[in-house]
Amino acid sequence: MPEKGEEQLEEQGGGTRPFWSGTITFGLVSVPVELLPANRPRRVSLRMLAPDGTPLRREYWSPGGEEAVETKETIHAYELEDGRFVEVTDEELEELAPRKTREIDLRLFVDRAELDPVFFERAYFLAPSKGATKPYRLLVAAMESADKAGIATFVMREREYLVAIIAENGVLRAETMRFADEIRSAEDAGLPKPSKVEKKAVRRFARALEDLFAEELDPDELEDRRSRAIEKLVRSKLAAGKDVVTPAIERESSGEGDRGDRAVIDLMEELRRRMRSGAAPSPGAPAPGRRSSVPSDLESRSKQELYELAKDLAIEGRSRMTKDDLIRAIRRSA
Amino acid sequence: MASTIWKGVIRLGEEAVPVKLRSAVTDRTIRFRLLDEPRGAPVEQRMVNPETGKAVPFEKIRRGVETESGEIVVLEDKELEKLAPAESRDIEIVRVVPSAAIDHRWYVRPYWLAPDGEPESYFALAQALEEDGREGVARWTMRKKEYQGALHPRDGYLMLVTLRHASEVVSAAELEGPTGRELDPRERKMAVQLIEALSGDFEPESYVDEYRKRVAELIEAKASGKRIRLEPKRERKRPASLAAALEKSLERARKERSVA
Repeated sequence: MPEKGEEQLEEQGGGTRPFWSGTITFGLVSVPVELLPANRPRRVSLRMLAPDGTPLRREYWSPGGEEAVETKETIHAYELEDGRFVEVTDEELEELAPRKTREIDLRLFVDRAELDPVFFERAYFLAPSKGATKPYRLLVAAMESADKAGIATFVMREREYLVAIIAENGVLRAETMRFADEIRSAEDAGLPKPSKVEKKAVRRFARALEDLFAEELDPDELEDRRSRAIEKLVRSKLAAGKDVVTPAIERESSGEGDRGDRAVIDLMEELRRRMRSGAAPSPGAPAPGRRSSVPSDLESRSKQELYELAKDLAIEGRSRMTKDDLIRAIRRSA
Repeated sequence: MASTIWKGVIRLGEEAVPVKLRSAVTDRTIRFRLLDEPRGAPVEQRMVNPETGKAVPFEKIRRGVETESGEIVVLEDKELEKLAPAESRDIEIVRVVPSAAIDHRWYVRPYWLAPDGEPESYFALAQALEEDGREGVARWTMRKKEYQGALHPRDGYLMLVTLRHASEVVSAAELEGPTGRELDPRERKMAVQLIEALSGDFEPESYVDEYRKRVAELIEAKASGKRIRLEPKRERKRPASLAAALEKSLERARKERSVA
């Protein structure tokens, strides 16, 4: 049911690195913040393996070809209904992309009850950037006592997001929302007009509901049972030393599906640390907002990260570069 | 556009309510395909063994789990099949809670349920949930995958929202905000006043994904061989001290208010 793109996004939801850093502006007050995921990936994700157990890498091959296509030989295209393709370059898309504002401008506050949860798509936590806890605390306190949520649009990864900023327990959250044209009403979905029902039937259902009633939701009921079952199977195989393979080579990070730092830092731990006043970002996290100096660990970055860096450095022809080309160009331009 | 994704039966104790699942959202993201430029054809995705550089055909791909120490535990298809849930049409209500007990941060994706066959029991269930202020926790298996969801009444109909698993949601209650010296009551008061001054109604229709719109225009223009012009972008300045910023903002917000 979740489409492919959604699952990939879910995957990106892993990790503990900030997705975005910028400023919430509230009137003329600035609150520097970092955006962190509020969700973890599923406990267990299955990997695809070769017959000998070697983890496989996803590659794009030319149709009917025998090897991976080079990035500089590919182009993005939109498929028209008649099957023709309209080619679009990365530079063209960048031109259309909203200006990277690094700003969430709160120009509207609404009653929290007014926000329809169906609009919500994904939650993030907002942590104060280093040394900026006072305006953060002020905004949280004021929003909580007014019982309001802020509404804004902001730009992340070349996309424009509609977002609700919610203050709860002293913490700010950003919830991205679907745009109105992405919501289908009951009418859009072709539901029939409600028909009259007998009171007796309603009472019968009310009784059935009462039998299963609990005051609170027990999170155990929403446990990931499939992951649990797989973990159990994995443990028993590990204990028996059955079907356990040690990969011969260190895998290079392929960017996609790369979860090398997955287990090292727990998301909760990282969030707590960042909420403490003046906490520095964890090692490995990109410096917020500033990218004037070139990091030394270019080789360990994903291609997407390198591309972003190349874009900040205004390196020309970046959309056609391979990972190695990008590294070289970034070093040269520094 | 009212296509049914799946048909199932809500099971609530002894009651059975046949329903059809229809999406309550439409994803309007513009998706591109990757073309191999010299050939002008879409590239193909292959799963490649990095040691040999050879693509592994789909029927030969095995599944496994990577442990924290980097070992791979191979799971046979037969073993995984045993863990797969039994095929069923049942949407089982396992628990009923007060409405809004399930925080929206658990939500993944909303679906409308349409009555399948006689509508009486469907609308009776919707009404019972509505009147008592209840929502249900549901579990079902669809196309060999297990799902869990929140069943709630909405506009007289039933809506089913798929939910994340417990381990995937960070508990907000365990997280504390930053602490520090007591906030200045005057600043606090001004901040609340500023929020009040900026308060209004949420009108979802007034927000449009401009980027998506511009990309759609570009595609259309290119498809018909035209060029499009781009819009200019803007910038702003802001004052230094927190109190001064608040005062100035309040002034500005009030002025805008009185004009409007």
